[in-house]
Amino acid sequence: MKIVLEHLTKQFISRHDANEIVTAVNDFDFEIPDGKLVGLLGPSGCGKSTTLNLICGLEVPTEGKIYFGDLDVTNLPPENRGVGMVFQNYALYPHFTVRQNIVFPLENLKGEEKMTREQMNEKAMEVAKLVQIDTLMERKPSELSGGQQQRVAIARALVKTPGVLLLDEPLSNLDARLRLQTREQIRRIQKETGITTIFVTHDQEEAMSISDLIIVMKDGVMQQMGEPQDVYNHPVNLFVAKFLGTPAINVFDGEIKNKKLYIGDDCIGKCDADDQEVYVGIRPEGFIPSEKGSLKCRFDRIETTGRDTSVVCHNEHCISDEDVRAIVDSDEKIVHKDGITRFDLRKGKYHIFSKKDEKVIDA
Amino acid sequence: MKNRAKITKNAFIYLCLTLWAVIVLFPFYWMLLSSIKSYSSYNREYTPKFYATSPTLSNYADAFTSVPLSRYLLNTLIFTVITTAVMLIVITLAAFAFARLDFAGKDLVFTLFLALMMIPNELVIITNYVTITDLNLRNTFTGLILPSVTSVFYIYLLKENFAQVGDDLYKAAKVDGTSDMRYLLKVLIPICRPTMITIVILKVIECWNSFVWPRLVTDKQDHFLVSNGIQEIRESGFGRENIPAMMAAVVIISLPLIILFLVFHKKIMEGVATGGTKG
Amino acid sequence: MHNKNNLKGWLYLLPALVFVGVFMVYPLIDVMVYSVEEGYNFASQSYNGVGLYNYSYVLHDPYFLQAIKNTFILVMITVPLSTTIALLISLALNSISKLKDLFQTIFFLPYVTNTLAVGLVFMILFKKTAYSDGLINMFVNLFGGRSIDFITGSYSAKMFVMCLYTIWVVLPFKILILTSALASVPKVYYSAAEVDGTGSFRTFYKITLPMISPMIFYLVITGFIGAFKAYSDEVALFGTDLNSAGMNTIVGYIYDMLYGNSGGYPSFASAAAIILFAIVLTITVINLMVSRKVAVK
Repeated sequence: MKIVLEHLTKQFISRHDANEIVTAVNDFDFEIPDGKLVGLLGPSGCGKSTTLNLICGLEVPTEGKIYFGDLDVTNLPPENRGVGMVFQNYALYPHFTVRQNIVFPLENLKGEEKMTREQMNEKAMEVAKLVQIDTLMERKPSELSGGQQQRVAIARALVKTPGVLLLDEPLSNLDARLRLQTREQIRRIQKETGITTIFVTHDQEEAMSISDLIIVMKDGVMQQMGEPQDVYNHPVNLFVAKFLGTPAINVFDGEIKNKKLYIGDDCIGKCDADDQEVYVGIRPEGFIPSEKGSLKCRFDRIETTGRDTSVVCHNEHCISDEDVRAIVDSDEKIVHKDGITRFDLRKGKYHIFSKKDEKVIDA
Repeated sequence: MKNRAKITKNAFIYLCLTLWAVIVLFPFYWMLLSSIKSYSSYNREYTPKFYATSPTLSNYADAFTSVPLSRYLLNTLIFTVITTAVMLIVITLAAFAFARLDFAGKDLVFTLFLALMMIPNELVIITNYVTITDLNLRNTFTGLILPSVTSVFYIYLLKENFAQVGDDLYKAAKVDGTSDMRYLLKVLIPICRPTMITIVILKVIECWNSFVWPRLVTDKQDHFLVSNGIQEIRESGFGRENIPAMMAAVVIISLPLIILFLVFHKKIMEGVATGGTKG
Repeated sequence: MHNKNNLKGWLYLLPALVFVGVFMVYPLIDVMVYSVEEGYNFASQSYNGVGLYNYSYVLHDPYFLQAIKNTFILVMITVPLSTTIALLISLALNSISKLKDLFQTIFFLPYVTNTLAVGLVFMILFKKTAYSDGLINMFVNLFGGRSIDFITGSYSAKMFVMCLYTIWVVLPFKILILTSALASVPKVYYSAAEVDGTGSFRTFYKITLPMISPMIFYLVITGFIGAFKAYSDEVALFGTDLNSAGMNTIVGYIYDMLYGNSGGYPSFASAAAIILFAIVLTITVINLMVSRKVAVK
């Protein structure tokens, strides 16, 4: 089922000041194609969860419309939208067993959709098998591990075979090892069922690793939408560039003069744009150590974490952090003369942003 | 040396506690003891004895036959059950509205409710007495029950408990297609059952012991509750001085609550410690 | 969507609103109206003027003055005494581990019993009749005293029984609250004090008492409020005609004005109830001020 958001806006009255209006979601206008796994990404408080609540029907938009397929669902209550939702802390009913939890949504069906007890149990067993909790059906949520609770929550969301599955920070309550496992599970379940799935996360790595598409948000405004690698390689603005990637992108003060790009006195490349002050963002993997490299940095240390070797150095024009961090091949020889290391830059791994509006400038 | 001082101190503490336990329990013992002494042997004891020479249960038979004790017990039972049940419905709905539903004026009404907790019963009972009299509801169960079916305090207690159940659970129920009423019945009430049981027990105790209001609105024995019954027995039952029979009646009246207490003492004490007050 | 919810919220609240409105809010306004309606006649529900006569009548009524005196004596004796005894018992309870639950349960028993029923037992224990001087007098005689009539005798003897029974009735609640307050004082403080070599009295005075003082103030405040409303315990001991026993309380006076042989005067009852409310409110405010002052120190 494809999802279309049309000029969707949600405003709240501020909790602290009744006269202040907070715009949690600002003029969302995009389409999510059928059958995709979509990561909704942004720092906390950027309106991700509100977007999810709007799609699911827990909140009513101030303006705009939501379509599932061709059906306008803007004013439908959640139960009539055919959505399943998994909450951040799973929201399992503590007094029900796993089976009762999964069956609960089915018991609410009315009219023609009404099921017999056997049909319900059969359906519950089917989704339980899908998420691999069919051996735990008679346990209470308190007797399950975090990962198992998570899967029960997914089963409950799937039991009505929804057209749309929504997950709110599905992995944030799990420890690191389980997180990897569970995200593969989610990927697998989504592929097996083919249900259009949107999940919210503040963890870019999580979103990048399993999504077909990611949507980056900031302060209620959608910044960019696209395939993860595409967004990573072609950020539309400084925020997106900074938000994606670990270690984070290195940002420098720079300048375009006579079609050339400078960081300080170092000319690092050409640029067709007009003369102006700019930000230069360089991905850690964009540095190539070279004796005759154009960018000069003061060498500090080499850090080896697992398979990555990073060169940490200083440059007075770097503003993102105190250190410049470059990831290099482990067999690369790092030359530093008088404490200075020189780098060339890899094409496509650095981006130029206007200082005025922080939007990307094509090189 | 230090050890010995400690043992002495401990012995003293246990002695004091035991002494207080005796003081607490003694009236109950005396009640039981007097109730199994025969009328004649009780009156023969100028110096009361701590044991019964020829125990008898005839006083219990007397208590049921010569005063309408079973009537009082039945009345109290009816009064307690209906009052508690109706109250539970009223306060559950109100607590749910305050905890979960959004409506204009909610905060204002809730603040007013909280303010009402400070109003003593004595201030409103006068008008209630007049109201019930005007409605011709004296000596009826309706008149007994109506003013006792709300408790602002219990609404507050339950609202706090309902509000502790996370937002996510309510949202999940909404997505699952659950109506508010079904959410209340199927999710909220089962989760908050411990608090509701505590409230029920405290209300049952309150009902069983209530005296002032029943005294005001009943003056016929067929609607007396046990407290009023015992007062009636004391002033005109059993030819006034039949203390053993009186004590038998007192034992019968006290027994239900003592049994309730023995079964639920942990819950009752927890409940009172978290919010109950006397009166 | 919002309007629908509005209606639903009020619908859920409706039963509570009706009951609270009819039996709490309306009476609250009504009692003030009654208290200023002079010469109110219950049968015809008419009155002949508006003013403060009802208050003046009540304040000059010897029965009311007696009730005020009784209530104040009861309050001043039982509140400090019961709080102190409860504190001592709680401290003792908290210092033992074996049998603690048993003692705690026993001590709480009076809370759940019908005070009228047990009051009757107290009356019998203390009463002096033609047949017997009663059990308590047996002990009095044992220690060489002469038998005293506690129930129908002298004022001080009656007051003694009244205070004793009140303390017996209110202690369970106080012991329970203080025991749980004491149990919630973190053990580290005691360990720290022991390491520092602090004496046990000093530990109590410097550590325990400040930490449980909010609960003590809570008990004192609720204790005052409760004791000012004393009534049924007195009925249990001295019967329903408290005026002739000279043992009436303010609340008893209110009910007697409303109902019974001397009843039928809701205006006088209302005036007395408002006076009671004013007294309780004043005492509570004083209590709160004192507790804040001590807390600041």
